[in-house]
Amino acid sequence: MRRLALFVIGLAVIGLGVFWTLSAPERLPADALAGIEGDAEKGARVFYAAGCASCHAAPEAEGDEKLILAGGMRFPSPFGTFIAPNISPDETHGIGDWTAQELADAMIHGTSPEGAHYYPAFPYGSYGRLATHPEGLKEIAHLHAFLQTLPPSSAPNAAHEVGFPFNIRRGLGLWKLVFANEGWVSSVPGDDAQLERGRTLVEALGHCGECHTPRNAVGAPLNGQWLAGAANPSGEGRIPGIDEMNWSARDIAYYLETGFTPDFDSAGGHMAAVIENTSQLPEEDRAAIAAYLKAVSQP
Amino acid sequence: MKSLGILSAGLVFAAALGTVASGDDHVDPAVMKAVKARQAQMQLYAFNLGQLGAMAKGEVDYDAGAASAAAGNLAKLTSLNGRAVWLPGSDDATLGEDVTAALPAIWEEGSEIGDKAKALSMAAAEMESAAGDGLDALRGAIGDVGKSCGGCHEDYRRSDD
Ligand code: HEC
Ligand code: HEC
Ligand code: HEC
Repeated sequence: MRRLALFVIGLAVIGLGVFWTLSAPERLPADALAGIEGDAEKGARVFYAAGCASCHAAPEAEGDEKLILAGGMRFPSPFGTFIAPNISPDETHGIGDWTAQELADAMIHGTSPEGAHYYPAFPYGSYGRLATHPEGLKEIAHLHAFLQTLPPSSAPNAAHEVGFPFNIRRGLGLWKLVFANEGWVSSVPGDDAQLERGRTLVEALGHCGECHTPRNAVGAPLNGQWLAGAANPSGEGRIPGIDEMNWSARDIAYYLETGFTPDFDSAGGHMAAVIENTSQLPEEDRAAIAAYLKAVSQP
Repeated sequence: MKSLGILSAGLVFAAALGTVASGDDHVDPAVMKAVKARQAQMQLYAFNLGQLGAMAKGEVDYDAGAASAAAGNLAKLTSLNGRAVWLPGSDDATLGEDVTAALPAIWEEGSEIGDKAKALSMAAAEMESAAGDGLDALRGAIGDVGKSCGGCHEDYRRSDD
């Protein structure tokens, strides 16, 4: 009896050890950003392409208030409600004391400076694709420089309202092991700079798949149904598919600029917030997104 | 000329009313009429914006007269009193998703639907004064109109496939 108990305990210890090893947080190599100088002006474009303000501005912010990344917005999900943290350059309440490398670890590996896992409500599953892009880490360094120029906020972070077992961050390591960092979904011809840019904007920065791709029971994207449309996490209605767009590329780009569909209906739901960002991008970026969506839509 | 404009707007209104699809047997006919009327009003927004947008997009040549007419229609449409078409209890949870996309939040405590409607009529007034002043002025004004349409749809209209 005693031997059996010891055996079971032994197994449990090994199990815990395996869990601990498998669920360990990942980071970039220490010199990953060596020699990269962030440029705030270039960072503004990354910021609007990545839509950070859509989640990190205060819930009722309008216009320029959206540049105060005070946090507080709530994201209901089947696992509980996540609350966006303050990422303004305040040194105490925000991320003013973070290095570009720490921001890169957060955006690419979902790992905090203290080595904790972030929840995938922070779309690092998409941003993480930047890791394999030749300019990806530069883009993050530019973004880091831009974030430093924004107004600080001293709003404290609120705790997520997430129950057991989802409140155990360590367990997210296993989730990440299985689901995160899957790389690019679509392949593009190496010599097509516009499609390549479009892919970076749609699959990584713009995190379009986070809303437009359906998820499995544990919240991981089903990339076999890439951009095919999904349930709306807020519970009402559905998010349409954008994998079979019969709009012209011009119409798609105009929608991302003004919110107007080809019939001059006007985008609503969460897409209205996305368009607030895409309307700030240079025309060529909207054209690149449109070219990518048209390419994906080819039968 | 002015009365012709109003008459043609009326005709378009009637046409739009006639084309709204229905899956509405279980809904009180009076409520159904209100829902159809507001959807028709929205279709008229879209129709008139379509005239302006085709010029903004460069699909048709800019025409100051046509642009002013469409912008004038839009401004008038946004000034209609909405009391009778936005009946309390005519939301999608009550009437069904096949009947309306209007969310219950429109009628809930703290609703900002009135502000959203006002934002649109202000943007439409700007458009009315800009539309005849050349293509750049029109392009400059259409962005804010789009934002005010989207600003209301963002919170008060259900998204769908
Ligand atoms: C879809 C919503 C969403 C978007 C878009 C988003 N975030 Fe977040 N972010 C979150 C949530 C939710 C968390 C909290 C995650 C957690 O606590 O595990 C978070 C956490 C973070 C953190 C960690 C903060 C801390 O105090 O530890 C940083 C840094 C961050 N986000 C930066 C960004 C940047 C930069 C962007 C744009 C490139 C961005 N986020 C875009 C939702 C979002
Ligand atoms: C004050 C809020 C508000 C504003 C402003 C607004 N809409 Fe709407 N719109 C709605 C709501 C709510 C619905 C859903 C109505 C329903 O299904 O009963 C809707 C529906 C629509 C529809 C679909 C109508 C149908 O046939 O089902 C179109 C098209 C539309 N809007 C276009 C526009 C355009 C274009 C603008 C700007 C010029 C605009 N809307 C401004 C609230 C608004
Ligand atoms: C936060 C969630 C979210 C994200 C992120 C998002 N979308 Fe959307 N998208 C929506 C919703 C919701 C709609 C439906 C809009 C409506 O109700 O009018 C939509 C609609 C669209 C449509 C119109 C589809 C149609 O048939 O009407 C296009 C095109 C589109 N999105 C492209 C994109 C692109 C490109 C990106 C990435 C840059 C993106 N979306 C990111 C939620 C999102």
